[in-house]
Amino acid sequence: MTALGWIFMITSWGLIISLCAVCFYKVLTTRKENIHAPLDIDTDQTD
Amino acid sequence: MQNREKWGSRIGIILAVAGSAVGLGNFLRFPGQACQNGGGAFMIPYFISFLLLGIPLCWIEWTLGRYGGQFSHGSLPGIFDSVTKKKWGKYVGVLGLFVPLVIFFYYTYLESWCLGYSIFSLVGKYSHISDPKEMSGFLSAFQGLTKNSHFNTLGIAYGCFVLTFVVNMIVIYKGLAKGIEFICKIAVPILIAGGLFLMIRILTLGTPDPSKVDLNVTNALGFMWNPDFAALSQPKVWLAAAGQIFFTLSVGLGAIMTYASYLRKNDDIALSSTTAAGMNELFEVVIGGSIVIPAAYLFLGPELTLATAQKGVFDLGFVTMPIVLNKIPFGDIFGFYWFFLLFLAGITSSISLMQPIISFLEDEFGWNRHKSALALGIVCFVVAHACIFGLGAGVLDEFDFWGGTLAITICAFVEVMIFIIYIGPKRGWELLHRGADIKIPDIFRYLFYITPFYLGAILLYWALFNWVPWIVKPFGIDMSIGWINKYPWINITQKVCEKNPLILYTRGGLLLLIALLLAMIFTAWKLKKNKGGAK
Repeated sequence: MTALGWIFMITSWGLIISLCAVCFYKVLTTRKENIHAPLDIDTDQTD
Repeated sequence: MQNREKWGSRIGIILAVAGSAVGLGNFLRFPGQACQNGGGAFMIPYFISFLLLGIPLCWIEWTLGRYGGQFSHGSLPGIFDSVTKKKWGKYVGVLGLFVPLVIFFYYTYLESWCLGYSIFSLVGKYSHISDPKEMSGFLSAFQGLTKNSHFNTLGIAYGCFVLTFVVNMIVIYKGLAKGIEFICKIAVPILIAGGLFLMIRILTLGTPDPSKVDLNVTNALGFMWNPDFAALSQPKVWLAAAGQIFFTLSVGLGAIMTYASYLRKNDDIALSSTTAAGMNELFEVVIGGSIVIPAAYLFLGPELTLATAQKGVFDLGFVTMPIVLNKIPFGDIFGFYWFFLLFLAGITSSISLMQPIISFLEDEFGWNRHKSALALGIVCFVVAHACIFGLGAGVLDEFDFWGGTLAITICAFVEVMIFIIYIGPKRGWELLHRGADIKIPDIFRYLFYITPFYLGAILLYWALFNWVPWIVKPFGIDMSIGWINKYPWINITQKVCEKNPLILYTRGGLLLLIALLLAMIFTAWKLKKNKGGAK
């Protein structure tokens, strides 16, 4: 593996892992009112 | 307004959309494409396509889906009807029923091969095979294409298919929160954990054969990642990257839109859509890119690995990987693990294919989920037999081409155009941010202007150089570069009618399916109009 190979691999992995980490951090620390409480779940089987 | 099902949690829809996108393509197609198209340099056009094509398409689908859901529509006919407010809108939406339905017809059968192979690994049915030709024979006999010492009937493949189909139907029958969301909340974390486990196992193999010191993990990663910048001057590399992004994110299926239609008006879509797309990339680039090609390199060497990657997804998955995994200590267990992961990835994708049709039957005909699931299940089970028994004649390939390659791309293009023309980039950007938990930088709004041209250019290229040659290939017509001058249309039509009638019947059947779906759309709106409930 050349130095450029390492750079491409680490940069690609870094970009994707960072994107996922930021997104999941935001999702998991989001304000409470946007999460549906169990009583708010509307599964609604009509039969 | 009709009372529709709702997601139980936000993480539920994110995992469901990510599960829909993660499939065989992440683990098998991406690494093959990368190593054939410039290695690490492939990631330059890949990330550009992700930014210009993948992300905007996901945003558009989520926005259209949540918009349609406010009018109690979860499938493309209803969503397009609400957005365009034109009579033709719902009929154009037939693509959003045709594509997932046709893909589902054959996808469950492919999924069942993964289930079959996971069982074979566990019981050691192919553990003695080390020759790729014999492994190909094993696969052919399993599929019922030949008879040999491994299999002399299609019975086991058929049994695996029935089992896979039943699993899919149970999940669909149970509904959105109790079925799809429940299974995705279990399957996707297992996929991540399992994928990481396999990845770590491959990357810690060192030099498996001490007599071949060059075949080590560092060189294996180099084979995948060392950049070949000369490749970037070739248009085919850029097209391969755009194609990979397009197919990996499951856009154009209607599944994302249907899933998003079950959100509430002010639920976030900006963060959820970006998270789901990011998760798919994690599976593809980090996990998918570290299993198949490095493993194949370690045991087969660079020449054979490249040759296998060029043969395509199935050869890599069902011929090379069983042989490679056999060579690892506890190979039977790792083989089971690998194919069971592919099976799980398949399940989370196939259940998403059913949902647009279920939603269509529920929203437009007023059927309940159980009735819709049963009716759809019966139709899919019957038609899937054409793929099972017509595999050798190319029926499955036909379904894959018309549904999974051509119609899906046209569908995505139509979605983008309807979004741009009837909602517009400015309002679309506002809709995307309604209830959003992140503020996407304003500069990204211009992507909505770029994406249609990018997708349109790719579509035109594929149409001329991939689709038309493919359509006439079964009839012995070679349409490589320069075909337009070589073959006037009249010649092509004559040759097509003379050869391979089964392919013609399949194509006729698919046309009939479109006609039936159009008739259903017409009937649904007529019934609603008669009841005075037409939107």
